[in-house]
Amino acid sequence: MVNIIDRRLNPKDKSLANRQRFIRRAKRQILDAVRDVSARRRISDVGQQGEESISIPSDGLQEPSFRKGSGTGVRRHVVPGNKEYQAGDRIARPDGGEGGSGPGGGSPDGEGEDEFQFSISRDEFLDLFFENLELPDLARTELSRVEQDGVRRAGYSVSGSPATLNLTRTMRRSLSRRLALHRPRREEILELDREIDRLERSGKDPERLRELVQERERLSRRSRLIPYIDPIDLRFNRFVPTPRPISQAVMFCLMDVSGSMTEDMKDLAKRFFMLLYLFLERRYRHVEIVFIRHTHIAQEVDEETFFYSRETGGTLVSPALDEMDRVVRERYPPDEWNIYAAQASDGDNTPQDNPAVIERMERTILPVCRYFAYIEVSGERGRGGLTDLWMVYERIARSGRPLAMRQVRRRGDIFPVFRDLFTPAELRN
Amino acid sequence: MPHRTEASAKLIYSGPDWDYPLIRRAFDAIERIAVDEMGLEPYPSQVEVISSEQMLDAYSSMGMPLFYRHWSFGKHFARDEMLYRKGMTGLAYEIVINSNPCLCYIMEENTMTMQTLVMAHAAFGHGHFFRNNQLFREWTDAESILDYLDFAKRYIADCEERYGHTAVERVLDAAHALMTHGVHRYPRPRPLNLKRELERERERQRFEESSFSDLWRTLPRRDPDEDRSDPDLDARQQRLGLPEENLLYFLEKHAPRLAPWQREVLRIVRLVAQYFYPQRQTKVMNEGCATSVHYAIMTRLHETGQITDGAFMEFLHAHTSVVFQPEFDDPRFSGINPYALGFGILKDLERICTRPTEEDRRWFPDIAGNQDVLGTWKTAWAEYRDESFILQFLSPRLMREWRLFSVLDDTDADAMEVEAIHDESGFRAVRRALATHYDLARHEPDIQVVDVDLAGDRQLMLEPRVVDGRRLEGANTRMVLRHLANLWGYPVTLVEVDARSEQELNRYQGIAPDPTVT
Repeated sequence: MVNIIDRRLNPKDKSLANRQRFIRRAKRQILDAVRDVSARRRISDVGQQGEESISIPSDGLQEPSFRKGSGTGVRRHVVPGNKEYQAGDRIARPDGGEGGSGPGGGSPDGEGEDEFQFSISRDEFLDLFFENLELPDLARTELSRVEQDGVRRAGYSVSGSPATLNLTRTMRRSLSRRLALHRPRREEILELDREIDRLERSGKDPERLRELVQERERLSRRSRLIPYIDPIDLRFNRFVPTPRPISQAVMFCLMDVSGSMTEDMKDLAKRFFMLLYLFLERRYRHVEIVFIRHTHIAQEVDEETFFYSRETGGTLVSPALDEMDRVVRERYPPDEWNIYAAQASDGDNTPQDNPAVIERMERTILPVCRYFAYIEVSGERGRGGLTDLWMVYERIARSGRPLAMRQVRRRGDIFPVFRDLFTPAELRN
Repeated sequence: MPHRTEASAKLIYSGPDWDYPLIRRAFDAIERIAVDEMGLEPYPSQVEVISSEQMLDAYSSMGMPLFYRHWSFGKHFARDEMLYRKGMTGLAYEIVINSNPCLCYIMEENTMTMQTLVMAHAAFGHGHFFRNNQLFREWTDAESILDYLDFAKRYIADCEERYGHTAVERVLDAAHALMTHGVHRYPRPRPLNLKRELERERERQRFEESSFSDLWRTLPRRDPDEDRSDPDLDARQQRLGLPEENLLYFLEKHAPRLAPWQREVLRIVRLVAQYFYPQRQTKVMNEGCATSVHYAIMTRLHETGQITDGAFMEFLHAHTSVVFQPEFDDPRFSGINPYALGFGILKDLERICTRPTEEDRRWFPDIAGNQDVLGTWKTAWAEYRDESFILQFLSPRLMREWRLFSVLDDTDADAMEVEAIHDESGFRAVRRALATHYDLARHEPDIQVVDVDLAGDRQLMLEPRVVDGRRLEGANTRMVLRHLANLWGYPVTLVEVDARSEQELNRYQGIAPDPTVT
């Protein structure tokens, strides 16, 4: 007797544990792939697709085995479908070597091992990318205040303004009440009226006429007593005020574009801005970016100009801060927007400007910012000592303001620095 | 035909939908034909219905219902899933497991005809093959495989808990890399029991007595060390059982720095590899056997009126696409389809047994016209593997029909050369070349552990014999050697030696273990 068993209800995710092991293993390569991608795309394009098709080098994901190479020695292929060949004919080797058609035959297990391609969802992708990262402590403690009053439907109530009257509910209650209390229907009364009228005209059967008139009295009285719509039928949509976290953020990118900033440094800055954008995008429904470049004067520009046009001039930081303050006041009221700022500079500032910078930062900028990140790019060669701006900011940071600062020299530093900035304190070693 | 009246009584089913009573009826009808009429001897079966997701799951763990966990299975799953979701590949109709009872998975999406076909194919075709083929009988243990896999899964999960994921993963990675070289290719002497030992002793004495000749005494004695340049090597090889081609076995027994659990993990991978070894050697025959069996059974079901004409047409459609063999210049060509080749040879055997031509009588004098198709098939299924099966049974007629030709690809020459085609002078060469193609021993590099430098730096010496000048693929080899070194704990050297000229062709010197491995 054969056993027939239905296994369809068994758990489906038998290989989930294997997939997790695989993703964990591939993490480094996936991160590398993302970093490469980030250099090519515009800031706001990154991570825009619903599904990232990831192609990662199979380095570390290979399953090597001893096998014979294809480039050496003598092999024989036996294939079907001979049309015109005779023994001794010579055939040119098909292009592309192995695989494909032709007598190449392909390797027996048919497995290419150079690149491994598979898809992960965008969320899976970004989760990996920003694993363990958090908005800094400060922003989190303030999250409760990052609110806006909103209202939310919350069932029905018996009182309310006429505008919120819920007609369907009200009519339904009215109908059931009328049915339950036997309110006479209009047709019933009309019928009665016609009958009375007929009897009155004919003058016959006064007995019956009297009865009908009494009945008519009773019905109309009942009809008056039981109103069509009673105040107790009324139902209103109920709304309760709910504090709603603001789900929009604006990100200010400030960069020194004076002659001392090389293309290299700008590239580093761009990478950092891109990461910040991705990260904010992950946390807020709507993120806008404002680019402000400055030399000794500052102006708001578009992304293209921001990264790729050159300016000459001295270096003053305070105008950039003023510009940012202006934009904030014009377009991004702090009680509606979460404001983040990232500044990239090589650290130059005219010494006379420093007091102004401190003043602007403490008075206008930092109070409205959730977080202000300062990245000092110093190019490959680096610079020994501390720069003017660094020292100024260090002083501000010491007073416990939401200001973080790091130095970046190489491309490879960007991601570690970024992680470092946003790793919650309890996860830091 | 003993069951003719009973079987022709009624249709088993009509219409595409299946349910459990129908499956049972179909199974019973198939069993009557397969066992009573054809005399097949499969394991008892257990049919399990699964969904397509579960089929994908099963794919990624070598088709086994339970398996230990490893990232590589997740990798295969990710790829299979993507290919399947994008519609680039379909799923197999069935998976069958060489166990007792024989597990046979069928998919819920299939029609009743497909379920019938699949049961005939898997439960009876593969089932008979698993139970009767010599290789499977010698190397696999159908009774205990599922229990063993259960043990393996639990053991490895335990190790992960105790020693950490990374440590276990490292051992598994290395073991998987050596998996193809973790099988015993030749049966070892079984432990002898006392009775047989005594018999052997007596046998030997009898032989010596009967073959005694005083002349032997007069031969000059040979010095045993005379032609050995290195007596130490001899002793070392003796002690370590070298040369040894089963690398996993060697490491399990002799690697100096492995912890007991690591040895056990190696053993698990080695036994799994050994379990699958016969399957890799009998792909063509196994599928050929199952395909011929399902073809015979479905035809018989139709003949006896147990399935409708429509169902039979549906079956033929599925069957022909399974045994479809595109020609080499067809864009769909991707090597020889084992189903097509196996089915083709067996069908041709049937013809040779029943309606032989002159040519067949010349080529197959012992079976041509013996009128015993099933007997011939069963012998073939039991006694051969792919290589010998093709070498023995591929007929000139089939080679003509397929228009097979053999191409010599010498990398030193600037073009390939057609060596032999399907004509009188080429049949044997084509057949030999095709058979060699299925010979794993020729396909996989022949690598042996030859020596260990015990006095010095404990370096492990490997020596692959290079046949036909085909050398190891460099990047892969280096990676495998590093895995090997990690297990061995000391550097590993591999020297490629030409099998004929004994010349050294290439050398991977002293690949050291990763420093992180302790």
